[in-house]
Amino acid sequence: MSHAATQDAHGHPALQHHFENMEQQREAGTIGMWVFLVTELMFFGGMFLAYALYRSFNPAAFASASNHLDITLGAVNTGVLIVSSFTMAMAVYFTQVGKTRPQIICLVLTLILGLTFLGIKAVEYHDKYTDHLIPGHLIPSRPFGPAVQEEGQPLDHHKLHLLPGATVRQVEMFYWIYFAMTGMHALHMIIGAGLLTYLIIFSLRGRFDPEYHGPVEIIGLYWHFVDIVWIFLFPLLYLLGRHFEHG
Amino acid sequence: MQGWIPLVPESASSFSWHVDALYFYLSGVTLFFTLLISGVLIFFTVRYRRRTPYEIPRPIAGSHKLETLWTIIPFLIAMTMFGWGAKLYFEQYKPPANAVEVYVVGKQWMWKLQHATGQREINELHVPVGRKIKLIMTSEDVIHDFFVPAFRTKADVVPGRYTTLWFEATKPGKYHLFCAEYCGMNHSGMTGSVYVMEPREFDNWLAGNTSNTSPAAAGQQLFQTLGCASCHGANGEGGRGPTLAGLVGRDTPLEGGQTVRADEAYIRESILNPGAKIVAGFQPIMPTFQGQVTEDQLVQLVAFIKSLPGGTGATPGASPAAANPLPSPRASGSPTQNIR
Amino acid sequence: MQPIESFEVPAPPKVNYINAKYGLKSWLLTKDHKRIALLYLGSITFFFFIGGLYAMMIRLELLTPQGDLLQSTTYNKVFTQHGIIMIFFFLIPSIPATLGNFLIPMMIGAKDLAFPRINLLSWYIYLLGGIVTIYALLAGGVDTGWTFYTPFSTTFSNSYVVATGLGIFINGFSSILTGLNFIVTIHTMRAPGMTWFRMPLFLWSHYATSLIMILGTPVIAITVVLLAFERLAGVGIFNPALGGDPVLFQHLFWFYSHPAVYIMVLPSMGVISELIANFSRKNIFGYSFVAFSSLAIAVFGFLVWGHHLFVASQSVYAGMIFSFLSFAVAIPSAIKVFNWTATLYKSSISYDTPMLYALGFIGLFTIGGMTGLFLASLAVDVHLSDTYFVVAHFHYIMVGGALMGYLGGLHYWWPKISGRMYPEGWGRFSALVIFVGFNLTFLPQFIAGYLGMPRRYHAYPPEFQVFNVLSTAGASILGFGMLIPAIYFVWSMRYGKIAEANPWHLPGLEWRTQSPPPTENFEVTPIVTWEAYEFAPPEETEVVGKFGPELERI
Repeated sequence: MSHAATQDAHGHPALQHHFENMEQQREAGTIGMWVFLVTELMFFGGMFLAYALYRSFNPAAFASASNHLDITLGAVNTGVLIVSSFTMAMAVYFTQVGKTRPQIICLVLTLILGLTFLGIKAVEYHDKYTDHLIPGHLIPSRPFGPAVQEEGQPLDHHKLHLLPGATVRQVEMFYWIYFAMTGMHALHMIIGAGLLTYLIIFSLRGRFDPEYHGPVEIIGLYWHFVDIVWIFLFPLLYLLGRHFEHG
Repeated sequence: MQGWIPLVPESASSFSWHVDALYFYLSGVTLFFTLLISGVLIFFTVRYRRRTPYEIPRPIAGSHKLETLWTIIPFLIAMTMFGWGAKLYFEQYKPPANAVEVYVVGKQWMWKLQHATGQREINELHVPVGRKIKLIMTSEDVIHDFFVPAFRTKADVVPGRYTTLWFEATKPGKYHLFCAEYCGMNHSGMTGSVYVMEPREFDNWLAGNTSNTSPAAAGQQLFQTLGCASCHGANGEGGRGPTLAGLVGRDTPLEGGQTVRADEAYIRESILNPGAKIVAGFQPIMPTFQGQVTEDQLVQLVAFIKSLPGGTGATPGASPAAANPLPSPRASGSPTQNIR
Repeated sequence: MQPIESFEVPAPPKVNYINAKYGLKSWLLTKDHKRIALLYLGSITFFFFIGGLYAMMIRLELLTPQGDLLQSTTYNKVFTQHGIIMIFFFLIPSIPATLGNFLIPMMIGAKDLAFPRINLLSWYIYLLGGIVTIYALLAGGVDTGWTFYTPFSTTFSNSYVVATGLGIFINGFSSILTGLNFIVTIHTMRAPGMTWFRMPLFLWSHYATSLIMILGTPVIAITVVLLAFERLAGVGIFNPALGGDPVLFQHLFWFYSHPAVYIMVLPSMGVISELIANFSRKNIFGYSFVAFSSLAIAVFGFLVWGHHLFVASQSVYAGMIFSFLSFAVAIPSAIKVFNWTATLYKSSISYDTPMLYALGFIGLFTIGGMTGLFLASLAVDVHLSDTYFVVAHFHYIMVGGALMGYLGGLHYWWPKISGRMYPEGWGRFSALVIFVGFNLTFLPQFIAGYLGMPRRYHAYPPEFQVFNVLSTAGASILGFGMLIPAIYFVWSMRYGKIAEANPWHLPGLEWRTQSPPPTENFEVTPIVTWEAYEFAPPEETEVVGKFGPELERI
């Protein structure tokens, strides 16, 4: 808002015309993001409910399907996201104290880590594609239909190892939940990457300073939220089943 | 039905007048409060109308006592409604043990019903006066709802599960049967009639509809052709699979320490999704029959398993075992012979 | 006592938000909450008339029992689309997006909502959702009922379910953004001195509404996504044939759609609080009880969705809990009705059109609320669910409640919005016509419902015809009554009497600036030193704490 300066002689150039001062503007932004995150929580909540319900219906199938996920990639991704949260937090800190160079470095690092996560996720998705694990006929030319590991045959980790009592159909249940949840999460990551790019561009132009750092702060909140969602998804999708198998 | 506009539908089941009584109570309270509020409203509006353009009434601060009063009184009244409604509902949804069972399968857009003695009906249901009838219902496609206004009862008919409904008709006559859950194009055509008859008439009607195989007998045949007998024994005495005779109504221990009260829904689930609840001490080796049996066939299998000696099957008169005597366990030889 | 004269207002308006800028672009790119409110007003009116047209088709079809006017497939689409248009594209945005948008900043003494660009964005999202839905209707329509019950909607329906769902999904974000904007605005933008308990009750009810919008709407969004996912990809989320649970859909759907009823009626309750207080020149009796009852409704509203599933194979015990909670949610509504009524005691009541709507609202909402108790009561609901009793009940809430409040509010603030007066005589006349027509339409449906007439029936047994004929007759009167305000509002924009800044002589902040207001709302940021609805100095307040005085005289 370039004309804002005319409104208030002492105002910061980034102060929008309908706010009294920067304090009010920052507060509005922060509360707005928190409210938005509550909305996001409810959005993911619907899927967590479906997960809980179907897991209790088909425990064996969920365990079998969970075993088929690549725990190494999942764990690496978890680590990547935790580190990215750290760099994001540092970016916010450096903005608040007005150190532009480290701030930009942290933002770029966060973006790189976010893209790394998405890359690893893409590798995982591709594995599922090769193993015919994309649910339904989401990809019409490649409907769901994994090969099942038969007893006595040599172990093939591209084949689905069904625990007693599990069926391929129930495993499909797991995979639509897996794709719905991780897909929605990945979508949020992509949006987050876009927001980070915006922050980097505007930081390079020197828009942010200790007076005006609202955008960095609220996008930081968003980024942490998306990370936290993954912190829940990882154990639910990757870990819980393994425990079930040995327990 | 006196007068030119009836206010309540015909009352033809043992609890229909209970529902009516609660309805009249609710209507009375509603009428009282509506008249009270609108009466006071109209009185105030007239009494305190603006007389001069610039008059300003004295402000009145709220009264905590009044607020408390009109919080607690409506709450207490609401609780009487809740308690009464809940009590009736509990009775309505708890099927009595000695009810005659009728199997209902809904599909777009018709009702298929079958009596325990084998008579099939489409969009019609004949029941005797004074006998408790329990409907075991499922759907082949979408959700339907079995609604008989004269009985003041309804229940959704949900694909993939059994729901039950029971009633005891009290008055002979012909009553509406509606589908009350929107089910597509011809939803309003998915109607029929319930004929309530005197018991003797009903028995005649039953006798006149012969040449039907009872669901249990049909289920027994299926039990053989689907190969169930190879593990569960020809008469459900068990083998590699758990014993089925006398299963229904019993608490069955499961792998993992839980128990389940075996009912129609459990049998259904075990046929379609055998891995869901494994009986303690057995291996999960049973294949799923999902997609291999129709809803009608499932109903027959369930009826057969329930009819096995020791089970709490249908009432003696309608017992398929009596209508279609099963070969005695001894005659069919030792159970192990049946296992391939 | 001193009469309330006009407050000091700036000289006759020259520049206001309407004539500040000209041209289509100045409207389509505006960030002014008042202009956005008008954009919403235009678009929801459009959708209201489409929905009304469908309503007329329904009533005409049901005039005779045979189902001879429309084919059953057409009829199914007509009632589905009536529901979808009216609920998602009229009732949910109606008061919040127009009156709320216009008045929330003015009532707290702010220049705009906290996020003006997001506000404009929400209108575009609404428009996009509306266009997608209209496309679905034109392409072939949708026949699942507005409830989209699975597996019918996912597997069996051959209509445009995904396109309609997409429209609703998109529209949901407009609702979320509006709610978010209101919450932040009320938290951070209040003028100096405007404490929470000095806020008009309109704001409390919008705050509560916004809470529901941000908590409930995302759940319907994800539900619609899953529905579309199942329909497109053929996975069995809700389809029992593929291992899914059809009733899970109902839980998720009603988790939003029951609170959505409160999204529709809470803002209306806020309007009614304003009307009752201002047209009787009296502070609201038990202000804090009315304020907190809004929040109580918003919170309890999320705990009662299961009462839509009493006959849907839900467990008996779950049914009992939901029944209990449904009775509990009735109490805050009752508190409001009692307090409104008590406000009128020893007041000075005018018979202006908005007040007629407010009085009508209280009566109709009482009936609507009390008949809700029938449906919360388990055994009676077993008989009544999915019958015309339900239809009558929710129309009493949504039309008798939400729509009456909307019309009352629109008349009340019309001078502020347009700078012109509506014709008072016609206003009173149409309020009366609408009241009579409405009752004639929906009262008979209670009886038809108890007699067992199921809803969504295209043809019905002939014994129900008498009720349907009455209903159709009432609907014709109602439809006629609705046309009158539509005509005179448009007429008054050009020919109506010029409105003063404060035509009703009221103390509220929105009346302390010119009509129509300038773009910045107030010349200088107001400093609030008075309580809400302060007509007379506070030292004159009569303190009543005992049961005696006011009851004795009744």
